[in-house]
Amino acid sequence: MSNRLINWFKFASPQSFYPLAGKMIPWFWALTAVFGIAGLWLSFFVAPTDAVQGEGYRIIFIHVPASWMSMFIYLVMAAWAGLGLALNTRLSGMMAQALAPTGALMAFLSLWTGALWGKPMWGAWWVWDARLTSELILFFLYIGFIALQAAIDDPRRADKAGAILALVGVVNIPIIYFSVKWWNTLHQGASVSLTKSPSMAQTMLWGMLLMALAFWMYSIAVALMRVRAIILERETHTEWVKELEAVKR
Amino acid sequence: MIWNSPAEFFAMGGYGLYVWGSFGACVLFMVAEPIMAARRHKQILRTLRRARIAEDLDKEAK
Repeated sequence: MSNRLINWFKFASPQSFYPLAGKMIPWFWALTAVFGIAGLWLSFFVAPTDAVQGEGYRIIFIHVPASWMSMFIYLVMAAWAGLGLALNTRLSGMMAQALAPTGALMAFLSLWTGALWGKPMWGAWWVWDARLTSELILFFLYIGFIALQAAIDDPRRADKAGAILALVGVVNIPIIYFSVKWWNTLHQGASVSLTKSPSMAQTMLWGMLLMALAFWMYSIAVALMRVRAIILERETHTEWVKELEAVKR
Repeated sequence: MIWNSPAEFFAMGGYGLYVWGSFGACVLFMVAEPIMAARRHKQILRTLRRARIAEDLDKEAK
């Protein structure tokens, strides 16, 4: 009994996180819509035509947010996986598992929009450039993480194996980020950096940042939806799941 | 306004295929992913409900 009480108050228990996530999801969808609509409006109706790339540059409004999210989600996923490995908490592994497909999608969208941007501007869908190649490796890391977890029946062991893969793969993130500095690449340098003012028009920058926020909120919303399903899948035999209103109905 | 007509907007200054190919893929995947996540949630709830009904029937039989 005492054990149950402690568990109930622990924020990180699947039992208390499941309803909390359910309450948060609509708010994150609302934020996705607000930022998305504002971002798209700026991207298509306010941001001026680019002097060099014409209207083709507008791909930047999803290419950069998707690329940022693909890297950021990986870091968050690896952090959850590492936390699970260190503290053996149940929710951590579920969070990492819920984030992986969204991260893979972001990496894919980054490559896809990059190819559609590269073709008209560089004349090639794909080049084996440091930035592009390291982003492709990131995509494969996500796929590897998903495949490895799917291949192991025991979820706790799957979490451990996945965590090691995720943590080793973290080394790729700074490689992607700094690839345009370390190597001579076809890919352009950072459009936005912390050390110097952005090299683009104000409205373009705002459009991109709003779209990035929309992608961010989207990722949280969809990962929370997925983690709720994973929680139930893994906690099938617990009393609290059997006592859920949606199950009793 | 930077566009004089809807046709000009969709043409994207000759980059229509690339711009709409990018945004289209994004929309497609970002609509499909939440639908898949919602389905997965519904699926496990259905399984849990069935298991509960089976359990109740077992109890009644005894």
